[in-house]
Amino acid sequence: MEKQVKQETMALNGDEAVAFAVKQCDVDVVAAYPITPQTIIVEKFSEYVANGEVQTEFVCTESEHSAMTACLAASATGARTFTASASAGLALMHEMLFVTSGSRAPVVMAVANRALSSPLNIHGDHSDSMAERDSGWIHIYVENAQEAYDSIIQAFKIAEDVGVSLPIIVGLDGFTISHTLERVDVLPEDAVKQYIGERQLPNVLTHEGKTVPFKLDPDNPMTMGPNALQNYYFEFKRQQEEGMKNALKKIQEVNSEYAKISGRSYGNGLVDAYQLEDAEVAIVCIGSTAGTLKVIVDQLRQEGVKAGVLRLRTFRPLPVEELRNALKNVKAIAVMDKSMSFGGFGGPVFNEVRHVLYDVKEHPLIVNYIFGLGGRDTSPRNLRRIFEDIVQIAKTGHVETQVQYYGLRE
Amino acid sequence: MTTQEWKFTAKDIASKPDLFLSGHRACAGCGPAAMLRLIMKATRGPTIVTQATGCMEIVGSVYPYTSWALPWLHTAFENAAANASGIDAALKAMRKKGKVKQEHIDIIALAGDGGTCDIGLQALSGAVERGHDFLFILYDNEGYMNTGIQRSSATPTGAATTTTPAGSVIPGKLEKKKPITEIMLAHDMEYVATATPYYWKDMLTKVRKGLEVNGPAFLHIFAPCPRGWRCEPGKTMEYSKLAVESCVFPIWEAVNGKRQLSTPSKLIALAPQKKKPVKDYLAGQGRFRHLYTPQNKHVLDEMQRFTDERWERLLQKCESA
Repeated sequence: MEKQVKQETMALNGDEAVAFAVKQCDVDVVAAYPITPQTIIVEKFSEYVANGEVQTEFVCTESEHSAMTACLAASATGARTFTASASAGLALMHEMLFVTSGSRAPVVMAVANRALSSPLNIHGDHSDSMAERDSGWIHIYVENAQEAYDSIIQAFKIAEDVGVSLPIIVGLDGFTISHTLERVDVLPEDAVKQYIGERQLPNVLTHEGKTVPFKLDPDNPMTMGPNALQNYYFEFKRQQEEGMKNALKKIQEVNSEYAKISGRSYGNGLVDAYQLEDAEVAIVCIGSTAGTLKVIVDQLRQEGVKAGVLRLRTFRPLPVEELRNALKNVKAIAVMDKSMSFGGFGGPVFNEVRHVLYDVKEHPLIVNYIFGLGGRDTSPRNLRRIFEDIVQIAKTGHVETQVQYYGLRE
Repeated sequence: MTTQEWKFTAKDIASKPDLFLSGHRACAGCGPAAMLRLIMKATRGPTIVTQATGCMEIVGSVYPYTSWALPWLHTAFENAAANASGIDAALKAMRKKGKVKQEHIDIIALAGDGGTCDIGLQALSGAVERGHDFLFILYDNEGYMNTGIQRSSATPTGAATTTTPAGSVIPGKLEKKKPITEIMLAHDMEYVATATPYYWKDMLTKVRKGLEVNGPAFLHIFAPCPRGWRCEPGKTMEYSKLAVESCVFPIWEAVNGKRQLSTPSKLIALAPQKKKPVKDYLAGQGRFRHLYTPQNKHVLDEMQRFTDERWERLLQKCESA
């Protein structure tokens, strides 16, 4: 399918956009448990089920732990599966996230990013999915409701690729994206179905030397989820990393294929660079903040400031080369983190970006701004001040504070 | 073939190929392993097994070996029933789309007493409430044997475990064994039963009945652990028998809530003089050794009293049903 297809424009919030995409993806099993700000996804999907608009088995589990377990088990049986969660719910899934990636089950999960307790807070930040950074899942963060819709469709294509066979989190900022009504262009259902196709299963070799699909099948009994000790465990983990490497390519491929039918792409799928080619100062961020930053960059450019934005769309696998190439010529960089790594040296995004640029000769000066925790509003005026700070750093070559907290009383 | 038509004979059992194969790493005299080999003979066609983390999970699946001749899934400790939910949902969805060719596939979820009565109880209750079509089998060896004999809620009063050691002040576990089957019956399940491997025909018939239920079914199997109970490995079957004869573990089944004693327990109900004292069952089990001292005699007396009370209550429940 090469030609761009005719699309319909809908008014959807991020959660509704996710539910609508799942409806179009011919998902076999959805197992989920409600939690703010993800609730609209499961509510909307329940309506599709109740009205017979989908053939999906919808399992309202008694906890997120069982939701992820049921998704994993359904995926192991050969089904296409989806779930959604946030915050405490994602934290309760923690154990099963590792089991799911280790079992190479391509479960797709939307995470409406939200703060973690305590104190209890239902609003948006990235603490929840950042805590799952090393769970072996692919992490994609979207900028708006349109991208949430597009990324869910892409997620099935990426996760279920036999070379990847890894689960994937699509993160959308709680409330800022999940609950904000936006214009969303949607593809016709048949175009989506044709694009993602049926789930393909990897083939594996049995003890008898037979090649069979990797699933629970009475015709080809297979032991899934064994225990592997000192002699094999390490190889399993190393193979998972190979899946991540393959994902790096697959995400880019899907981004350009999808652009052909939809007319929409997000950078190269890994990083979304805005006005970076000749930029002297840049802000690196993930999620919805990039939208506001792009507007500020436009203003600054008119004022003659060579400013740019790099939105890290794919956080895992980390696009090392792409980050390095996009940022190596910038003089000063501010990395924005909507979560904290307590006792560490700055937030998780800062750590990655700074780390990646270490090998660049005459690398840029890099500072970290921790902001927006627990849904604290981030005004364009504050973001503009961060640009002013790094313009100053670029000019003087002097960094006063490497890690700062922005927009809070101290 | 329905349960009524199917006669489990020793010859039938012997001639049916094993589905839980030899070469697993269970201890000598392991009750659960003997039970597992037997109950897999009661399967009736295409079957998927899912198992909670525990002894029987680790002994049969040490990569790259397996004891399972059936499709088998393990994911974690507390979620055997949630695994079954996912498998059931997947089979239903895929069958609607013509992606499952078998007309029916049975699902068996297996867990020990920790994976059922304690950490796995929430997932089990949820899966049963949702009505998934699966048979949940609890193999109860009365403790966390896989991690080195710690207390579970299914450990009986008085037993010494590594987390309820027989001390100079506290004589082993003080609390009563959790009545898990009563909890499961309260879920309005179509089929709930108890069994022990000594009465193997009864046990296999109950497995088959559980599989035939179109929805969730629960089977509680008593499975002695010589290592954890500090008893002779050759006594597994003897204790499986004595537990029934002393009414420590009566065997019964409840179909749609109507409870009936199974023959070995029914015979005791009819002839109460045949009921053996709890002491006979406890003898030779090292986990109760400390109770045979003057200062702990009250624990033994209490154990007899609990057992009598629970047995009386069970008889009333069977009558009223």
